Amino acid sequence: MRSTWDNAWIIAKRELRAYFATPLALVFLTVFVALTGALTFYVGQFFQRGQADLFPFFAYHPWLYLLLVPAVAMRLWAEERKSGTIELLMTLPITPFEAILGKFLAAWAFIGLALILTFPIWITVNLLGSPDNGVIFTSYLGSFLMAGAFLAIGSFVSTLTKNQVIAFIVASLICFLFTMSGLDLVQNSLRAWTPAFFSSAVSSLSFLTHFQRIVRGVLDLPTLIFFFSMIAFWLFATVIAIDQKKAQ
Amino acid sequence: MTVLIEAVGLHKRFGEIKAVDGISLKVAKGEVLGFLGPNGAGKSTTMKMITGFLEPDSGKAEICGTDVFQEPKIAKAKFGYVPEGAPSYGEMTTRAFLSFIAEIRGFRGAELKSRIDRAVERAGLQPVLDQIIDTLSKGYKRRVGLAQAILHDPPVLIMDEPTDGLDPNQKHHVRELITDMAADKAIIISTHILEEVEAVCSRAVVINKGMIVADGTAEDLLQRMHYHGAVSLKVIADRADAAIRALSSASIVARVETVGKPNGHMLLRAIPREKTMTSAEIAAVLRAQNIPVDELYVERGRLDDVFRKITMPEEGSGNA
Repeated sequence: MRSTWDNAWIIAKRELRAYFATPLALVFLTVFVALTGALTFYVGQFFQRGQADLFPFFAYHPWLYLLLVPAVAMRLWAEERKSGTIELLMTLPITPFEAILGKFLAAWAFIGLALILTFPIWITVNLLGSPDNGVIFTSYLGSFLMAGAFLAIGSFVSTLTKNQVIAFIVASLICFLFTMSGLDLVQNSLRAWTPAFFSSAVSSLSFLTHFQRIVRGVLDLPTLIFFFSMIAFWLFATVIAIDQKKAQ
Repeated sequence: MTVLIEAVGLHKRFGEIKAVDGISLKVAKGEVLGFLGPNGAGKSTTMKMITGFLEPDSGKAEICGTDVFQEPKIAKAKFGYVPEGAPSYGEMTTRAFLSFIAEIRGFRGAELKSRIDRAVERAGLQPVLDQIIDTLSKGYKRRVGLAQAILHDPPVLIMDEPTDGLDPNQKHHVRELITDMAADKAIIISTHILEEVEAVCSRAVVINKGMIVADGTAEDLLQRMHYHGAVSLKVIADRADAAIRALSSASIVARVETVGKPNGHMLLRAIPREKTMTSAEIAAVLRAQNIPVDELYVERGRLDDVFRKITMPEEGSGNA
């Protein structure tokens, strides 16, 4: 019997090929790179700040992911259910987990590619000054991890409906809650009427809180554990949801 | 007889509706089982449970002796399945899709290639190997679904309406393919096309409202009709009364029915007392009275009628 990774890899290869079978993937990559650039230079005032770092670049990633990651995730399972291929996939000699992992890894790799394609910004900042490339590398890694967590949520939501638009909106909403929970805005209103441990628990679930630590150059174990357990939890939820919903 | 497919007491309900209500069946090597039933009878649901896609509320399913829910990976390697509508990944080419399936089935390198070649040849897919599946005609899409299922030459094949929506030539091709493979496999095909049962199936199971209502060969099913073995004949209208009198008094005939009066002729049907009545005997009775007969044939009963009778008892008995 072949291993889980072999099967997941076969699934992932097929998924990635499917992405590039239509121009949609290229559109997505273009939009991602263009938006990160625009946000960094215009909104983030990259030049005006006069600092050789990529802080304005990474600061917008959570907000960008809020829209773009659910767009990648929405088709993962909704499409399979709509076209009926899920019945084919689930009667092949693979486990649901292998299929879920394979699809997730393909989508994650795709977002990884989008991140890699933003390299001109890294070149730019290195030409203009001498940034701390260690921090930049850590930030890229953190951004990739955060995207994975968003994606796992999107994967779960995608199993609940055959409608990709609904999958997109619901996933965006859940991701939004996980991002927002660390903002002062939310924290202040929570602190007003809940015990301290609750508001700090909510804050500790926030993607933003963890990501901001990474962008400052701190990629420590708790943060790694946070993102990986987020991914594991939502993929596990996906397995259960697929088991319950696949035939409906 | 090696039993390759076995379902025991499968039950499934969706909310208040009992979709499958205690279906048990065995299919042996060499058998082609036709799974019949009106839409919504539970055909697809049963097949989904046998293939392990849908978990039954109770009961179990085994493929080649392996429980599909206890050891799904092992069981799933032993059958090929064409789900309803033969879904496939539309954005892929035929070749890429079959390669994907072959890889998942564990084939690599030269064997992968030869497996694909064989499946492509059997399903007649050579002309569309490098076309995107979404751009193919319905017939070719079906065949892609079929090729996918036979790629690993499994001992068990399960097909949900494999010829639905195909033109007569394509249907013929698919049936030939099934007949070719039948000898060393156990095959289940669901269908609502009754001629298919006569064409390819060695056995037919009719289900209605989630339960098995008939199980036997196509011939067995036909026997269930009142008209089975009846002799229909056409005589000139003015001799009809004489013909009816002659036939009614014959010992081999139970009764005579008038069927219709097309163009100055009268259509009669002689219902036999014994199953052994032949058309020659009827012809002899009429010849003795010098009644000319234009047409004479034995009714085999139509599977359509049997199907209606079995699955809609109220209406069926009214007709018969």
